[in-house]
Amino acid sequence: MRLKIRHTTRYAFDDPVIYGLQQLRKTPKNGPEQRVIAWKTTVEGGVKELSFEDHHRNTVELISFEKDVTELVVRCEGEVEVLDSSGVIGPHRGPSPLWLFRRATPRTRAGQGCRALVREVKGEGDLDRLHALLRMVHGAVGYEIGVSRPDWTAEDAVTAGKGVCQDHAHVFVACAREMGFPARYVSGYLMTGDRVQHEASHAWAEAHVEGLGWVGFDVSNEMSPDERYVRVATGLDYAEAAPVTGSRMGGTGEALSVEIEVAQQ
Amino acid sequence: MNESQTFDEMWGREQVLRPPYERFHEWFEGEDIARLRAKQREAEEVFRLTGITFNVYGRAEAEERLIPFDIIPRIISGREWQKLSRGIEQRVQAINAFLYDIYHRQEIVKAGRIPQEMVSRNDAFLPQMIGVKPPGGVYTHIVGIDLVRTDDNEFYVLEDNARTPSGVSYMLENRETMLQMFPELFSRNRVQPVQTYPLDLRRSLAACAPADVDEKPTIAVLTPGIYNSAYFEHAFLADQMGVELVEGQDLRIVGGKVAMRTTEGYRPIDVLYRRVDDDFLDPLNFNPESALGIPGIMDVYRAGRITIANAPGTGIADDKAIYSYMPDIVEFYTGEKAILENVPTWRCSEPEALAYVLDNLHDLVVKEVHGSGGYGMLIGPTSTRKEIAAFRDKLKARPGNYIAQPTLSLSTVPIFTQKGLAPRHVDLRPFVLVSPAGIKITPGGLTRVALKKGSLVVNSSQGGGTKDTWVLED
Repeated sequence: MRLKIRHTTRYAFDDPVIYGLQQLRKTPKNGPEQRVIAWKTTVEGGVKELSFEDHHRNTVELISFEKDVTELVVRCEGEVEVLDSSGVIGPHRGPSPLWLFRRATPRTRAGQGCRALVREVKGEGDLDRLHALLRMVHGAVGYEIGVSRPDWTAEDAVTAGKGVCQDHAHVFVACAREMGFPARYVSGYLMTGDRVQHEASHAWAEAHVEGLGWVGFDVSNEMSPDERYVRVATGLDYAEAAPVTGSRMGGTGEALSVEIEVAQQ
Repeated sequence: MNESQTFDEMWGREQVLRPPYERFHEWFEGEDIARLRAKQREAEEVFRLTGITFNVYGRAEAEERLIPFDIIPRIISGREWQKLSRGIEQRVQAINAFLYDIYHRQEIVKAGRIPQEMVSRNDAFLPQMIGVKPPGGVYTHIVGIDLVRTDDNEFYVLEDNARTPSGVSYMLENRETMLQMFPELFSRNRVQPVQTYPLDLRRSLAACAPADVDEKPTIAVLTPGIYNSAYFEHAFLADQMGVELVEGQDLRIVGGKVAMRTTEGYRPIDVLYRRVDDDFLDPLNFNPESALGIPGIMDVYRAGRITIANAPGTGIADDKAIYSYMPDIVEFYTGEKAILENVPTWRCSEPEALAYVLDNLHDLVVKEVHGSGGYGMLIGPTSTRKEIAAFRDKLKARPGNYIAQPTLSLSTVPIFTQKGLAPRHVDLRPFVLVSPAGIKITPGGLTRVALKKGSLVVNSSQGGGTKDTWVLED
């Protein structure tokens, strides 16, 4: 499936920004499961300083604010060809060793809540057990916008019993690692049948299964990703795969608006 | 400790004057003790004054921070030094090869020479360095290898300092002071120079600049600021090299480079000699609370546009747990047996080693793998039976947390006391510079001396001093 994506982020500030940077991870990955046909990032109110590929093979772009701006607009757009592989991404590639994905992070440290979920997981093989986990997390953490905060941990979400896709992915990653699987967080885009416009990008999880390689699990939609899913950035948790990480001086009173369009070509 | 069992670098074990000290001894015999006492006081005054120039602290605080200086040089023959420097060079080469491997294919782990947990559970392993090739392929631009001597021909490495070794300013000041006070000693002895260190450092750093920097690279020294205990050294080195001393707040990302504020706008930096720890280096990529770092410097680094000396993530090479594998590491990457000895180390995680350690606690030093500063350790020979028994329980409960080493009989060298010369225990930190152009070891280094009779603790916080270290031209 060929998807056309447009992602615009607009920041408006009450006071001018004196100095600041944004680290962007917004460029879709190239791999056997998807091919980037065209992609472009343009910035208004800022300058593209550099780009590089990080240890998760994410394309990272660093931009700086122009002096004294009160508005920054980042536009990304392009086309991606996605194959349906039933969520199987395949063998581990990239410079990071597989053991890295067994490491817990502050956001994905399994506590009582996650461990209780893991104890309930039943199934014969690895894949069965991971699908059982998918259903378990889907049932335990209801999808609700506006309840969780971006800095929530997996345990926070389990305790609240609510969250958004980011929280779902964190809980799944924490539990999968607790079960002994290397696991990672994925941020990306999802084409849905009902609409083209979205207010946020999507997030899901991947676990590494012996023999199969990386397999995707989208808790929020209780399914494995298909050809409507575009993988953008991966990491041990949200912090490593976030579309934007920033730091700035000045620029108080931030107002943010995000427009995402995902449509089939 | 029984003094007669100790190797003295001037008198050996049998009170026979060793050759490197012959000319010094001749000179000393002709000297008047009262004149030397006056010289010792004069030297202290010189240090106090330079110390204050270096320090922005008040006079009283500066005096507290002064490390005592002893006027008697420690003398090493050219032949002894040759062997030492071959061993140091081999070790430093291995450390760099190890770091490259650990942040790339990890062949040494795949070959089963070090266990994966040594890397995967190590806090000093920096995932952001995975797959990064530092400019010139150099990780440790500046290394300080801590050595002790136990006999005529026996040196051990105590520690490899691969992060930001300090103390080189003392080495330079000590020599400067000796040249001023005792010029006649330097005409009697042909001492290899150390004063070229700042120039060597500058050249070495310049040779490590990113590949696309073709003109003369711009170098700067990054300091955490005036409240850092080594601030004077940072200022001293910047001054001696003739480069800017900068703090994080002076730097920004401009034109895809790290740049420093100058009167004519921002000027890009090609090589940054940083004296700020990894965790504080970049609030955008590491500890977001850090006010000492430069947001985005890791991005510039990963884009290959700046050299950070030493590279981030080098701490994994000088970790205590990794230390015990150094002989294997040297062999794995150089194909040769290690020239310098490691202190024999029992890893208590291994059942046979644990059994030995439990049987010999009264003779051993037992340390926590991740401990530092002497906390949580047992010094068997000076502990009571009760202390040993209590430690035995801790060790049995978590053996993987400990390593054990024999207590070494450190060599002594003479210091000047009110009554004349007296032997005191010492260690040695030579300074090593690494660049694609080669490895350069300054002849000598920093000798730290335990000024208290019989003491083995050379740390300045516990009554340690320093002295000039001579390597003779043979």
